[in-house]
Amino acid sequence: MPVVKIENLIKRFGKFTALNGIDLTVNQGEIYGFIGPNGAGKTTTIRILLGILKATEGKAKVFGMDAWKDAVEIHKKTAYVPGDVSLWPNLTGGEVIDLFVRLRNSNNNRRREELIERFNLDPSKKCRTYSKGNRQKVALIAAFASDADLYVLDEPTSGLDPLMDSVFQECIKEVKDQGKSVLLSSHILSEVEKLCDKISIIRHGKIIESGTLDELRHLTRSRMVVKTKKPMEALDMIKGVHDLEVRDNIFYFQADTEELDNIMKYIAQFGIVKLESAPPTLEDLFIRHYMGDGGES
Amino acid sequence: MSNRFANTKILAFFILRKDRIRILIWIISIVLFTVMIGAMLPNLYSTGTDRQIMAETMKNPAITVMLGPGYGLDNYTDGAMMAHFMLIFTLLAVGIMNILMTIRNTREDEEEGRTEIIRSLPSGFLSPLTAAFFVSAAANTVLALTAGLSLYSLGFESMDFQGSMLYGASIGTAGIFFTSLTALFAQLTPITRSALGYSFGFLILAYIIRGIGDVESELLSLFSPLGLILRTEVYVNNHWWPVLLTLGLSVILAGLAMYLNTIRDLGAGFLQPKSGKAEASRFLSSPLGLALRLQRTAVISWTIGMLVLGLSYGSVLGDLEGFLDSSGLLLQMLPESEVFNLTERFVGMLLTILSILAAIPVLIFILKLKSEENAGRIEQLLAGAVSRTKLIGSYAFIGLAAAPVIQFMSVLGLWASAAFVMEDPLSFNILLKASMAYIPSVWVMAGLMVLAIGYLPRFTGAVWLYLGYAFFIAYLGDMLKLPEWMDYLSPFGHIPQIPLEEFHASKTLLSMLLAFGLTAAGFAGYRNRDIHG
Repeated sequence: MPVVKIENLIKRFGKFTALNGIDLTVNQGEIYGFIGPNGAGKTTTIRILLGILKATEGKAKVFGMDAWKDAVEIHKKTAYVPGDVSLWPNLTGGEVIDLFVRLRNSNNNRRREELIERFNLDPSKKCRTYSKGNRQKVALIAAFASDADLYVLDEPTSGLDPLMDSVFQECIKEVKDQGKSVLLSSHILSEVEKLCDKISIIRHGKIIESGTLDELRHLTRSRMVVKTKKPMEALDMIKGVHDLEVRDNIFYFQADTEELDNIMKYIAQFGIVKLESAPPTLEDLFIRHYMGDGGES
Repeated sequence: MSNRFANTKILAFFILRKDRIRILIWIISIVLFTVMIGAMLPNLYSTGTDRQIMAETMKNPAITVMLGPGYGLDNYTDGAMMAHFMLIFTLLAVGIMNILMTIRNTREDEEEGRTEIIRSLPSGFLSPLTAAFFVSAAANTVLALTAGLSLYSLGFESMDFQGSMLYGASIGTAGIFFTSLTALFAQLTPITRSALGYSFGFLILAYIIRGIGDVESELLSLFSPLGLILRTEVYVNNHWWPVLLTLGLSVILAGLAMYLNTIRDLGAGFLQPKSGKAEASRFLSSPLGLALRLQRTAVISWTIGMLVLGLSYGSVLGDLEGFLDSSGLLLQMLPESEVFNLTERFVGMLLTILSILAAIPVLIFILKLKSEENAGRIEQLLAGAVSRTKLIGSYAFIGLAAAPVIQFMSVLGLWASAAFVMEDPLSFNILLKASMAYIPSVWVMAGLMVLAIGYLPRFTGAVWLYLGYAFFIAYLGDMLKLPEWMDYLSPFGHIPQIPLEEFHASKTLLSMLLAFGLTAAGFAGYRNRDIHG
């Protein structure tokens, strides 16, 4: 049984359609990346999954239960970190962490102390004095100190420094090792690449691409930088070569993954002096999807 | 030097642009209300004899506590009566308007980080505050002129041009004073809610000091800005010095606020919040615990505040005792009954008013749920294992449970100080019974607020409007000879005034059922709507 199962989910706010038929499945033990530009519908999807918004049509199930009706039961085993963490200005960070953990009916004091140490948070300060990153730490500590089976994280690291970001990534790996599931929405594509087993890309309220990172990479291109002894005259005629640019006898281009073999054979005839190849990144894929398809973003 | 004020003009126009509807609604409501009553009163008390009877009753210390000292009583004109009735209420309304308006444009902008963006642009560090002052001065000037000219245009002989303009100037000046005061509090504390609390606290204190001062000592009243302004004696003596003095004080306060603004950092205040506990107490482990914790200070201060209010109303009952028998107006204000003495009849009305005032904290405690939602904090609670019923239930519970506690405090205060000053003290049992009879009415108001939050959180303001209506009807309904059905439209209007009237079990039961129904409906609505934020 999948941990999260969303089928044909539609959400309208008045006349505006925020989600237009979303499908998404997260299986147990998976870290699932959920990416898309601002306003694409990531947070709306997550809020429906948490029973905070009511779906207009379609199904949203967590642990096989209805996200709206069985919200309380689901949330006993779900930890959530919102993208924009608002806390009570007159409570301390420590008090908020305890409150959140208790509201999920779990209590693990040793874990709490350990996380406070790792994230380097002063829990006795009032929340009004915390920066964005510190507020995010409070929510993250509360989430990871809870005994949850599903972690729903909505852009959880946008305010963290690189050091704290690596602590976050460790925490995710620990959670994964325990066989728990994570739904991670993010803008930071390198993070998604590093952590996630599967990815869905959302745009204008629709999922436009889904699969493992490898599956998605087939759709994309490697970035190549080549310098040869003899000049290559007809590189742009070779199948699978895109966006060719030549500066100071150096060739910059993108290569389709499935044509890589042919392209290499052609280049080799001219005597390779320098060859750099960057693997296809999620960013390329992302930008191609948003810039390429009809030019809207 | 001039760099400190760079681009103030643009900022002032920006504030006007963003608050224009808000400011207009305030000005129009205040002027309409004033003019309506101003047009009504002379028709109600049309003959000289009517007004002379009224003048007699104005010497009543209980009236003085509520409205301020009567003046020009030897030849009581329409104008004197109108100003005496309306000026203090209008001052309070203008005070509230200016406090809310000023907080938005000073500390709230700063705490929300908006001032930072403005300051990162080529604007001077005093520009935001100065712009807020300019807007307030403009709004209050427009208010003063509109109110003055409208009153003059009513065309009553005793409401002459000078008096009408002084009336307008009085409320406009009070508005400017409360802007300066609020701006000063906004410098002292870095927390918007505290600045708001200090400002409203000052307004209430000014009202109480004026009430006591008007009965006991003229000098004391001059220490309250409200008491000071009432010394204008509009339409009779037309003193301008209180207006000028208040204006001078406002300039000093504004200057002080500006000075403090220059010597502090952005986002900082002079009263810094302390660190707290690193771990939550056992208490803080449920939505109810959190709701109570968040409103701890508010609950305690309102409870004490209602005790003080009860004490101060009770303290005039001694003076009242001797006076009441000759009071004609009060006979009109109070329900007809020959069985009970006049003090008891007056106390009955006082308890109605105290009960309506008790509804204010009750509504505030429930309304906190909405501000939590707007601040985006409800989402994280619901993401825990918390049902919506439990969440809204916690806030509703605090409101509903606070009602009897607050009622008890105010009646305790009333009884205690009355017992101290009266020769023939009131029975605590009867007072308590009379006050408790209003609890179902307070609950109906609470139920309405729960209903509004459950279905249409945008319309919670309508509940306040309804409470304002109930207050107005209870305070002035009889004096303005309003029809009885208008009284019955208020949830407080049906309740029998014990001991004048018999306790009515069926009415009480009906009110309770209504309150319960409204609350339950609100819960259902809250379970089924999207949470914003």
